[in-house]
Amino acid sequence: MNKKIVKEQYDVVVVGAGHAGCEAALAAARTGMRVIMFTVSVESIALMPCNPNIGGSSKGHLVREVDALGGEMGRNIDKTFIQSKMLNKSKGPAVHSLRAQADKQAYTTEMRKTLESTDNLTIRQAEVSELLYECTNNRTAITGVRTFSGAEYMAKAVILCTGTYLKARCIYGDVCYYTGPNGLQAANYLTESLKKLGIEIVRFKTGTPARIDGRSIDYSKMEEQFGDEVVVPFSFSTDPADVQIEQKSCWLTYTNEKTHNIIRENIDRSPLYSGEISGTGPRYCPSIEDKVVRFADKNRHQVFIEPEGLYTNEMYIGGMSSSLPEDVQFAMYRTVPGLENAEIVKNAYAIEYDCLPARQLYPTLEFKTVDGLYSAGQLNGSSGYEEAAAQGLIAGINASLKIRGKEQIILDRSEAYIGVLIDDLVTKENREPYRMMTSRAEYRLLLRQDNADLRLRKYGYYAGLIDRDTLDKTEEKKKAIEKEKKRLEETFIGSSDILDAILTENESPMLKSGSSLADLVKRPELDYEKISVLDPCAESAPKDVMEQVNIEIKYEGYIERQRRQIEKFQKLENKKIPENIDYDQVPSLKTEAVQNLKKFRPVSIGQASRISGVTPSDISVLMVYLKKQ
Amino acid sequence: MLRSDSTIAAISTAPGASGIGIVRISGPDAFFIAEKVFHPKNKEKRIKEQKSHTIHYGWIFDQEQPVDEVLLMLMKAPHTYTGEDTIEIDCHGGIYSTRRVLETVVKAGARISEPGEFTKRAFLNGRMDLSQAESVMDVIEAKNENALKSSLKHLRGMVYSKIENIRERLLYEIAYIESALDDPEHYSLDNYQESLKHTIDDIINEIVKLLSRSQNGKLIREGIRTVIVGKPNAGKSSLMNLLTGEEKAIVTDIAGTTRDILDEYINLNGISLHLIDTAGIRKTDDYVEKIGVEKAIQAADDADLTLFVMDSSTEPDDNDRYILKLLNDKNVIILYNKTDLAPKVTIEEIQMDSSHKVIPVSMKEETGIEELEREITEMFFKGNIAVNDELYITNERQMNALKDCVECLRLVQNGIQDQLPEDFLSIDLRDACDCLGYITGETVGEDLVEEIFSRFCMGK
Repeated sequence: MNKKIVKEQYDVVVVGAGHAGCEAALAAARTGMRVIMFTVSVESIALMPCNPNIGGSSKGHLVREVDALGGEMGRNIDKTFIQSKMLNKSKGPAVHSLRAQADKQAYTTEMRKTLESTDNLTIRQAEVSELLYECTNNRTAITGVRTFSGAEYMAKAVILCTGTYLKARCIYGDVCYYTGPNGLQAANYLTESLKKLGIEIVRFKTGTPARIDGRSIDYSKMEEQFGDEVVVPFSFSTDPADVQIEQKSCWLTYTNEKTHNIIRENIDRSPLYSGEISGTGPRYCPSIEDKVVRFADKNRHQVFIEPEGLYTNEMYIGGMSSSLPEDVQFAMYRTVPGLENAEIVKNAYAIEYDCLPARQLYPTLEFKTVDGLYSAGQLNGSSGYEEAAAQGLIAGINASLKIRGKEQIILDRSEAYIGVLIDDLVTKENREPYRMMTSRAEYRLLLRQDNADLRLRKYGYYAGLIDRDTLDKTEEKKKAIEKEKKRLEETFIGSSDILDAILTENESPMLKSGSSLADLVKRPELDYEKISVLDPCAESAPKDVMEQVNIEIKYEGYIERQRRQIEKFQKLENKKIPENIDYDQVPSLKTEAVQNLKKFRPVSIGQASRISGVTPSDISVLMVYLKKQ
Repeated sequence: MLRSDSTIAAISTAPGASGIGIVRISGPDAFFIAEKVFHPKNKEKRIKEQKSHTIHYGWIFDQEQPVDEVLLMLMKAPHTYTGEDTIEIDCHGGIYSTRRVLETVVKAGARISEPGEFTKRAFLNGRMDLSQAESVMDVIEAKNENALKSSLKHLRGMVYSKIENIRERLLYEIAYIESALDDPEHYSLDNYQESLKHTIDDIINEIVKLLSRSQNGKLIREGIRTVIVGKPNAGKSSLMNLLTGEEKAIVTDIAGTTRDILDEYINLNGISLHLIDTAGIRKTDDYVEKIGVEKAIQAADDADLTLFVMDSSTEPDDNDRYILKLLNDKNVIILYNKTDLAPKVTIEEIQMDSSHKVIPVSMKEETGIEELEREITEMFFKGNIAVNDELYITNERQMNALKDCVECLRLVQNGIQDQLPEDFLSIDLRDACDCLGYITGETVGEDLVEEIFSRFCMGK
């Protein structure tokens, strides 16, 4: 029987409209692709179902990088933040990181507006239940998707950004809903379609704390947490003047022994401990019951009370995510100073969902076994809005590049946190949701949030998301930095009254002979700004150039060291391994190495060297083998 | 990292009785290093300016200290074994001065080569036929396997646990810093540098002590690996005690009292022996006996010299004959023990199964031991047994890794003094940790993430 169905043709299908989906859809549409983006609910576009903030240590770096490449997250948060802070300001420049509290509703609305005003981009509310594909000459290629209602959308590329929605289950105590986050409809069919394609699926979990009515909170018992006096925007294209707004405060309070006792007494009722939840949760973002059990010697834990937005009284109870039963939650939250009379608006819950081991992907985020099928965000086993956005952007860019017949982009570990993120995902066996951390970036001195534009604009331009003018300006900035550095190195000054005054004021030793301006900047107690009075030309350089010059001169030794390490690293990265290599045919390779190499199928010698169980001598053997071929 | 320098050095002659040892240096800095350590007879000579494939006479100097009289051969890339600039130093002073020359070269900036590295470079630089690739791969894996085996075999005990302990302490500090950087609202670094300074001072002291104590003894003690095998109660432990002059092994009349392998180093007429007493066959049922035999064979397999103790007062059984056969092509001395008791087997009978030297001894009456010592000394001087050079090299690599570690830690100290932010200190701490990981075979990456999550309670 011939059933009549809707059948349409697009270039790119994006499944999901979260932080990964939005970036993917925008990147593809802005580079000329005809894009359709599916979501189970148009109201949940760019939803922030957990913490109400964007950025934070190392995640702030990701947002900057997304922005430098031409993504949307940075601009969107700049338009909708209600408090902003530069973290780690007293530490080195590499670990400075921006974090902004968002007005969640505004964030969603603003992103939706952007999507709706983008040409070539269609938003469609429907559940994608099946992938369509064809097999020719042993290659499987994606051809489109089918929705639950039977409609078919044909496309050259499909990007999966399903977040935590696949077979999602929300749990607290013995209560369990088969829904996605925040009561939204789960996607229950796509997993089977993925399995049919031979894709391996695993189950992860994460959780969120309760939301409490702000009117029931006694803030006088808490410490107020203010934003920065001068706000730095996320986006390189936002005018700093536009983000100096009146900010909302967050609040700090603590759990205590009473809280912990209630948790201990009821720990057997937690679905995590009773075995009801089987998914692997993240250790870096433990539930409060996890903290109490694992860190039994700590008699208190911090609790951050953060506004969900300007439109609502709801407050997010940071630090107290939980899947304990409702009655325990009520008792537990009310032991916290300031929350004695707390009215819970939304219960805390754990959420379990299907995702996939990302070793099944190339570093381009395309599946190794299915042509044109891409995957990004939490589906790849990551966690966090920023990690999702970064992957979504790369998947969107690469799907578009592939369709246009251009070489796809792979950022390496020495170029971007995004590179570290994706490399870790596709090269390591991740047993819990993956979170970005600055300690994961071995070249972090060069991967600063302040120089993301200098590092990545060129890729954004190549992808077609950054215009010529912006690229030229970035190149000019680079040149200006080099010129200014050189000038400081070559300008020598001798002792003078002003200099002595500056040195005395900063408790810096007096000059015994002449010194270059650069050498003065290098002194721990001085910097470019402090000595600029001595230097008649200093004011000619723009502020962002001065900042770069100061950092590069001050930390020259360390930066040079990392540059040299990177050179070595890139040599191995550039040694490609042919796709059809048969590891069983490589003589002398140890069994464990063969097994893991077959499992991960690395694209380069560099990537191979990071796979666990592959030793340096295996790498040597592999290099000799490849040379022979 | 400090150890990434790409000029490598190694002793390229087989260890043994030969009088000449060759130290080979390969890589971009080979000539520069030669210039530093080599004093040509003609003082005007500049090594770098010499023609390729020329030989020069002179002395190797460690600073002001002459090390050895040598011939130095200079070969320019690409017409060398490795395809890189290469220096070969022919040393005349025997094995120990060859080693001193290697140490001097390393001090001057070369790195001791990884197992199989010269061959690997030769191949990758196109200096070998493609058909040789497979044998090159075999060499690399085999040599690495060997090196790993010998380093794990010899780095047990105190030194290993000390290095492990230091590494753990460093890892903890890195994890603390990183947790605070990742979650500044939960972990504060206020006043942290002071406590870090104490820890680092302490660790540097410990490593320096470890290094100075090992100047003579070395991290890995070298010695001819001498394994004592035999059936239970044949007299293995008694032999160990006689040779070491101490009541180290437990000696009773009950068979199977040596529970574990016992190690001891002794000096025999200037030769260092690493004595290893293996546990005997504990039970009499067939299965366990079989394991015992296999164990003995394996121990003998790893050994430079095997002392096979036989009880002459009992009838030899199939196992004895089996072991004897298997030991046929090894360095073995058979000890015909318990000559104080009535023999059940004659020396002649034993020698029908084995061509090895048989020495009659009585552990009880302490007779025959001198002859044993004489025999071992003779074997050494004839060059039949030799000290394990692999071990020496492993030792040198590890000493250098420890020295590198100290250097990294000094950078941390400087950083603290210069008030550098903690994220910079973390870089040097990580390098320090990597140096130790080179010895213990671990890398920082995943360990660190593990340490952060297990020790520190993070956010959200």
